[in-house]
Amino acid sequence: MAQNVMDIKKFSFTYAGAPAPSLKNINMPIEKNKITALIGPSGCGKSTLLRAMNRIHDLYPGNQYDGRIDLLNEETGEMENILEIKKENEFIRLRQKVGMIFQKPTPFPMSIFDNVAYGLKIDGIKNATELKDRVETALKGSALWNEVKDRLKESAMGLSGGQQQRLCIARAVAVKPEVILFDEPTSALDPISTGAIEELLVELKKDVSIAIVTHNMQQASRISDFTAFMYLGDLIEFDKTETIFLNPSEKQTEDYITGRFG
Amino acid sequence: MRLVINKIVLLLCIFSAMIGLAFLGWILLTLFLKGLSSMHFDLFINDLINGGLRNLIVGQLVLAGLASLVGVPLGLVAGIYIREYGLGRYADTIRNLSDIMVSAPSIVIGAFVYAIVVVPSGGTSGFAGSIALAIMMIPIVINTTDSMLSLVPKELREAGMALGASKYKVIIDIVIKAAKVGIMTGILLAFARIVGETAPLLFTSETSNYFNLDLTKSFPSLTVSIYDLANEPLQKSRDLAWAASFILTVMVLIINLTGRFLTRKKG
Repeated sequence: MAQNVMDIKKFSFTYAGAPAPSLKNINMPIEKNKITALIGPSGCGKSTLLRAMNRIHDLYPGNQYDGRIDLLNEETGEMENILEIKKENEFIRLRQKVGMIFQKPTPFPMSIFDNVAYGLKIDGIKNATELKDRVETALKGSALWNEVKDRLKESAMGLSGGQQQRLCIARAVAVKPEVILFDEPTSALDPISTGAIEELLVELKKDVSIAIVTHNMQQASRISDFTAFMYLGDLIEFDKTETIFLNPSEKQTEDYITGRFG
Repeated sequence: MRLVINKIVLLLCIFSAMIGLAFLGWILLTLFLKGLSSMHFDLFINDLINGGLRNLIVGQLVLAGLASLVGVPLGLVAGIYIREYGLGRYADTIRNLSDIMVSAPSIVIGAFVYAIVVVPSGGTSGFAGSIALAIMMIPIVINTTDSMLSLVPKELREAGMALGASKYKVIIDIVIKAAKVGIMTGILLAFARIVGETAPLLFTSETSNYFNLDLTKSFPSLTVSIYDLANEPLQKSRDLAWAASFILTVMVLIINLTGRFLTRKKG
């Protein structure tokens, strides 16, 4: 039986000061070593949901969570509710287990090597050889090694947009997370860089589970195993990607994927 | 018709710009002519008592340097606080206060320091002068730090947090690094601003004819001495004032240009 790495149950979310919840009663799993795509028109709450999965929302105070989001604890094999996290060090552990990639590449203003090593150093790794090995593995894993191996000491700001995004993926992969959340990772990139990232995602799912928000329905159908269609804060339909695209059970889903609205 | 109006407006704009630039050019030209003619190497090796400017240049830099030692860290930390940690009304209040402080008349700051430092301590001193300059500098540094940090995209902070970094780590390792050039430029410009101030020093540090590094006594100041020398009847004194003005302007100009060069290099 397929195993869930995350399980979202009766989850609702209200932004600070908002009169109504932005997400209402969401129930869906994130399966282990699969790619789960979140699709839907702008404002449907897909990014909001993604950003709840590592509680990055908590950078801004006053948001309200209801329900539960369970995350698999690899050591004990038990599911733990991440919405109960309150302490700083628990947040740090959560974010080491659930990484995130943003729409615009976010290289840090430091060298390529230091970028990838950043999360590792936070994790407490100080040994220079180990750092070097882990950085190399991560860069190879993100298909960036050959392009940057001779200029690891140079600033990451000099890379192209697609390279920067792969660097961010390497940086996230380096800390060996269980889940990586992608928030429209290719919408700022050209088609060739997009292709490279998509290939990379499919490659990555051997080691991590992936949730991806995308506006690009071809992208969702190309790379994902499961798809969730959201609309106005509701999860309309969740199923295998094939089923969603070929044989959706909800009329709204069909209208959206055939381009009748959204 | 519209083309004609367009031309007229363009001409008016050029004309206004020319007037502004003409005055600036005039000031610089006068300074260069009068200043250069009274410049000679002896100015830099003699103190004012012997007809030189050495003690004044050193004194002015010491005053501004000391003020920066206090003003830069305080302004930086306050700027970081209101941008990164401050919430809502409290941070806004500090921000507004600092905005007002930037435009506070410098003579008022001088009078304030006179009342709280000079009078109780019984006389003008280098300390009092530095304090006045530091008070001028803090809000400038706060404002530039605040606005430079606001230019750092929030995704960069989120990306740091998403790797498990704590908030202060993200600020120190990532946000400040990303805003480093802007903040450095701000500090340089703030320094350039206070190094040319007269009013805050007029009755706090005063000035001195002798070489002095004792901060508890009246402290040599280039700007205050320019004010004094320009009021003296002797032609020699006035020439010295011109030379001092020229040196001061060149100093400020160099610092300003360095600041601008740094920003340019970033872009």
